[in-house]
Amino acid sequence: MDGLDGLANPFLDLPQGPNIMAMYIWIDGTGQGMRCKTRTLPNKKYTPDELPIWNFDGSSTGQADGDNSDVYLKPVAVFRDPFRRGDNILVLCETYSYEMVPNSTNKRAACVKNMERCADQHPWFGIEQEYTMFDYTGKHPYGWPKNGYPGPQGPYYCGAGSDKVKGRKIVEGHYRACLYAGVKIAGSNAEVMPSQWEYQVGPCEGISMGDHLWVSRWILCRLAEEFNVVISFDPKPIPGDWNGAGCHTNISTEAMRQDGGYDKIIEAIKLMEKKPLEHIMEYDPTGGDDNRRRLTGQHETASIDEFSYGVAHRGASIRIPRQVDNDKKGYFEDRRPSSNADPYSVTNRIVMTICLGE
Amino acid sequence: FKQINLSFRYTIMNFMDLDQRGKIQAYYIWIDGSGQGLRGKTKTMDGPIKSVDELPVWNFDGSSTDQSDGENSDVYLKPVAIFRDPFRRGDNILVMCECYTFDDKPHPTNKRSECLSVMDRVAEEHPWFGIEQEYTLYESDGITPLGWPVNGFPGPQGPYYCAVGAQNVFGRKVVEAHYRACMFAGIRIAGSNAEVMPSQWEYQVGPCEGIDMGDHLWVSRWILCRVAEEFNVVVSFDPKPKAGEWNGAGCHTNISTLKMRQDGGMAHIITAIEKMSHKQREHIEEYDPKKGEDNTRRLTGRHETASIEQFSYGVAHRGASIRIPRQCDNDGKGYFEDRRPASNCDPYSVTSRIVRTICDLD
Repeated sequence: MDGLDGLANPFLDLPQGPNIMAMYIWIDGTGQGMRCKTRTLPNKKYTPDELPIWNFDGSSTGQADGDNSDVYLKPVAVFRDPFRRGDNILVLCETYSYEMVPNSTNKRAACVKNMERCADQHPWFGIEQEYTMFDYTGKHPYGWPKNGYPGPQGPYYCGAGSDKVKGRKIVEGHYRACLYAGVKIAGSNAEVMPSQWEYQVGPCEGISMGDHLWVSRWILCRLAEEFNVVISFDPKPIPGDWNGAGCHTNISTEAMRQDGGYDKIIEAIKLMEKKPLEHIMEYDPTGGDDNRRRLTGQHETASIDEFSYGVAHRGASIRIPRQVDNDKKGYFEDRRPSSNADPYSVTNRIVMTICLGE
Repeated sequence: FKQINLSFRYTIMNFMDLDQRGKIQAYYIWIDGSGQGLRGKTKTMDGPIKSVDELPVWNFDGSSTDQSDGENSDVYLKPVAIFRDPFRRGDNILVMCECYTFDDKPHPTNKRSECLSVMDRVAEEHPWFGIEQEYTLYESDGITPLGWPVNGFPGPQGPYYCAVGAQNVFGRKVVEAHYRACMFAGIRIAGSNAEVMPSQWEYQVGPCEGIDMGDHLWVSRWILCRVAEEFNVVVSFDPKPKAGEWNGAGCHTNISTLKMRQDGGMAHIITAIEKMSHKQREHIEEYDPKKGEDNTRRLTGRHETASIEQFSYGVAHRGASIRIPRQCDNDGKGYFEDRRPASNCDPYSVTSRIVRTICDLD
């Protein structure tokens, strides 16, 4: 415990004069961790191109060696800062190595290129981000009994009541913070495992899906600091009869959203059926190792070794929502990406398969 | 204890917005006999005060701060810079001071006086500085780093640098408060980040020209310690707070002259670094308050430091004494970073020594 009581910070209403604070955010060498640091800038409304390129010590984040350690930060998206408020901003960045080539851990660069190539198909995404709250040790789920387990799954999904849900304060705070920041948060619910939650971001077109999802993750972890709660994006945080956590990814192209689009949906799924391994490789940060613990065929997952799809089928790799089946147009849901997947890798792989035929 | 603390804080708030009836509080700050500790006391003045010249010379009991003997104890405080007070707000001010002896000479512990005359001599070179102040936060016992398990250690370094999440960062409230307080006060705070060791943080002050660097850095340190009081947290500027596989804390000092910042400046940067390479010992003596003894624990050649025995430099090289940032190498101009000063160094001593070397004053 850091010994700081939960009182609001009385210094945050101090006037800032002519300057703002810009929190530069990036993804580190693990492909799932986020890092951030602040700089002072003159107060004005910035687009990403107007913000200065910065740099950091890549040898401390698994992104460079000590004797050639500077890694560049190139701003790519700007959001309002819900913690510092006022005109302060969050700045999502791509990492570049010293010859201005994308750092090997930078998955956004390739995604942006492919999204531009299929821009005329207007791919939309919506990602259902699941996560689990842990206590400050990071080892025991938040609100679970010490040295034990809560009752079996059943009553917790979308529950109400202090015996059913833990940590709603964080969820409520996160939702508002995302709305304020400009993140396209679409909804939230308590999940099947106690102390597990989900929120959805979208619909986002093209590259903005990855941008909005990463910033929403940063906001969540940062907000949970205030409550001494650790957020885990591990896809199978508790082994045994407890649900895993995913990043179910909903996808559509303009053609699918129009009347008669259902055929296009089936076409796309058939294309994905031909590349199960290529997709699984991109659906968690460890080339499938993490997902192997989660995609067992039980607990509302499909087995990692078999591809399947079906209407309203939560045990399949891909589910076509019942509503879409009724309307004969809409979108489909890939249930395979894990909760710690990189949304740039996921959306990039999907458009490569269904839009670019690669 | 916590309950008493809460109601005390709320009660105080009732008094802090009382009208001051034309008077202001001027908080005089000085550096004590240790060369690293800060002291301060308040004086009522007619307000508002717009310039440091309006402030009187004051004095204090030097025998209580290791700065004089009991029988001749008065030490003078000469105001040299003012900032807005982020704790008392309104027109109240912080006043940075130099210490003078009873016979009106700079006190032996006063490093600013000599720094100012050095900076005056090289004013046309327009030396700019930026200092990266690292520090470690401790629980109120002053022994356990903030958030560390009592009588134990957190997981090894790796996840903490620039991190987010309650398992990775400890004390962000203090950092956020400090940043805002400095902005309000008029300190040129340029950025901040979580550091490699858990509970270790860094903020940067600059670019400041000449004597301003020392003034802004010292007052930023005072603000930090004062902010941490509000949260019952202790700030340590020790350069190697934890022995073993834990990073130390530095005051990496970034430097440039006007010529270095202009096109073709890289040649001047290299020349300056070569001059510094001939005075390793002279610089090390000024880079912590104990003539290098503190830095011996920190500059080991590991944990992103260069060995204290050897001078080295390189582009983007964090294991060297001096690092030339990659961006400057690309641009062919800019500045360079001396990574040797310890977190508890006196910025007046550091900036003075650097300028004397690179501007050929001695």
